[in-house]
Amino acid sequence: MADDEIILADLSDDELVMQMHDDLYDGLKEEIEEGVNILISRGWTPYDTLTKALVAGMTIVGADFRDGILFVPEVLLAANAMKGGMFILKPLLIATGAPRMGKMVIGTVKGDIHDIGKNLVGMMMEGAGFEVRDLGINNSVEKYLAALEEEKPDILGMSALLTTTMPYMKVVIDTMKEKGMREDYIVLVGGAPLNEEFGKAIGADAYCRDAAVAVETAKALVLRKHNQLTA
Amino acid sequence: MSQDALSKLLASRDWLMADGATGTNLFNMGLESGEPPEFWNTDKPDNIRTLYRNAVNAGSDIFLTNTFGGNASRLKLHAAQGRVRELNRVGAALGREIADASGRVVVVAGSVGPTGEIFEPMGTLTHRVAVEMFHEQAEGLKEGGADVLWVETMSAPEEYAAAAEAAALAGMPWCGTMSFDTAGRTMMGMTSSAMAEMVEKLANPPIAFGANCGVGASDLMRTVLGFAAVGSARPLIAKGNAGIPKYHDGHIHYDGTPELMGEYAVLARDAGVRIIGGCCGTMPEHLAAMRKALENTPKGPLPTQEDITAKLGAFSSSSDGTGDTSADPKRERRNRRG
Repeated sequence: MADDEIILADLSDDELVMQMHDDLYDGLKEEIEEGVNILISRGWTPYDTLTKALVAGMTIVGADFRDGILFVPEVLLAANAMKGGMFILKPLLIATGAPRMGKMVIGTVKGDIHDIGKNLVGMMMEGAGFEVRDLGINNSVEKYLAALEEEKPDILGMSALLTTTMPYMKVVIDTMKEKGMREDYIVLVGGAPLNEEFGKAIGADAYCRDAAVAVETAKALVLRKHNQLTA
Repeated sequence: MSQDALSKLLASRDWLMADGATGTNLFNMGLESGEPPEFWNTDKPDNIRTLYRNAVNAGSDIFLTNTFGGNASRLKLHAAQGRVRELNRVGAALGREIADASGRVVVVAGSVGPTGEIFEPMGTLTHRVAVEMFHEQAEGLKEGGADVLWVETMSAPEEYAAAAEAAALAGMPWCGTMSFDTAGRTMMGMTSSAMAEMVEKLANPPIAFGANCGVGASDLMRTVLGFAAVGSARPLIAKGNAGIPKYHDGHIHYDGTPELMGEYAVLARDAGVRIIGGCCGTMPEHLAAMRKALENTPKGPLPTQEDITAKLGAFSSSSDGTGDTSADPKRERRNRRG
């Protein structure tokens, strides 16, 4: 369909950004990379490019995933396209001292070897512009705490698929409390057998039903945390 | 070729009862979280015999072997990828022993769970590698004396198809269920009706297909209605969880009572399901209640969604994922690019 071919470089800024939202939705990595390069060449700041073109586009993907319109395969393709754009932007963001979206340390808890959900959250968080350190499966409280010490993230994410491993999340949170470091981090928990009631009962900041909710919750809570610090 | 044990049993009965949970039962016997259950086939064979025997004694006509995570990809997480053949063979052989000692026909179904990997292009798993892994596992289960392969908890149609091909390579009859846990669909977006259609297109279709696990018994029954609506002649399988996990004073239990699972079993049968069992949280007392309910309740009409929620509780999502609205993005789309 050569007639419908859209030349990205011919689009106005507003049209290009709209087109990039569509291209993210369709998981078109090369088009996203091209779009990022065009915006930068037009003098857009790396931060504006990130937030207005990429993050805003992924927000639409996340919403449709949450609403059961998109499913994991489409979301992974979108996140992959986003990563292509991020790869170009990352050094520029650092060079310009742009504000960061935030950082997350994530892993499945001790005893739990089920990692697909955790991997999805990691990919979606990266897709939303967060930095993610993935600790993999079967993490002891010591491993979580060492990673928090080392990475100084905004968020700790814990995942469990088994009813037998869910309670370990409380062990981690209780240890953080004992060491007086609980309030330094946002703690998000997720996994198929969990629910909001459980998240509250163990003292997490939030239970996230799926990867899209995890991203939305992370964005909201990081913003609130930053506002508290500047208040 | 003589007919396989499962097909024979299906030909002689209206419904068959499968087993319940494997993990929940093994944890109750002291399996440590993080320890792969398959190791118990060789390390604690008596516990595995007890697991199988409990299902048989509760009235199961079919039970699944303790080999769900027995593929190279899952066992690699425990540096045991070299033990695929052995762990599957032993898991099936213990099953054969219990089934043969039961004094009636009981089918040993060799459990085959997902690899945990995501297919390319989103992930790294290729069709060839997936077939190879499932084939290796299937050969072990066959050597141990499993009657059929039982592929379960699948999310990706590609992985289901790979397992079908592996079953053909091993010359084993097979059954296969998927887990519908995301807004009525599988994690990878497959609907109940799409699965029913896919199954008929396979070069090596299963003896029976259906749903297992997912979100509670209500959702599973809604998925079953989706299969039934397609009107496939192939026998259906329902293996639902015993309710939903609830957190109480530091520990977690599934909220489905034996009575509820009895109601679920009858609803499944009335919806046309031929093989009815449980999944996570389904203990021997649930199975016994299911068997009793199936035997003592006369067959009723095809249940509606209202019948299901009235007896089993509310659904977890508003739609079953089928229908044309779900395929359309809500927002206005610009022209697609070339």
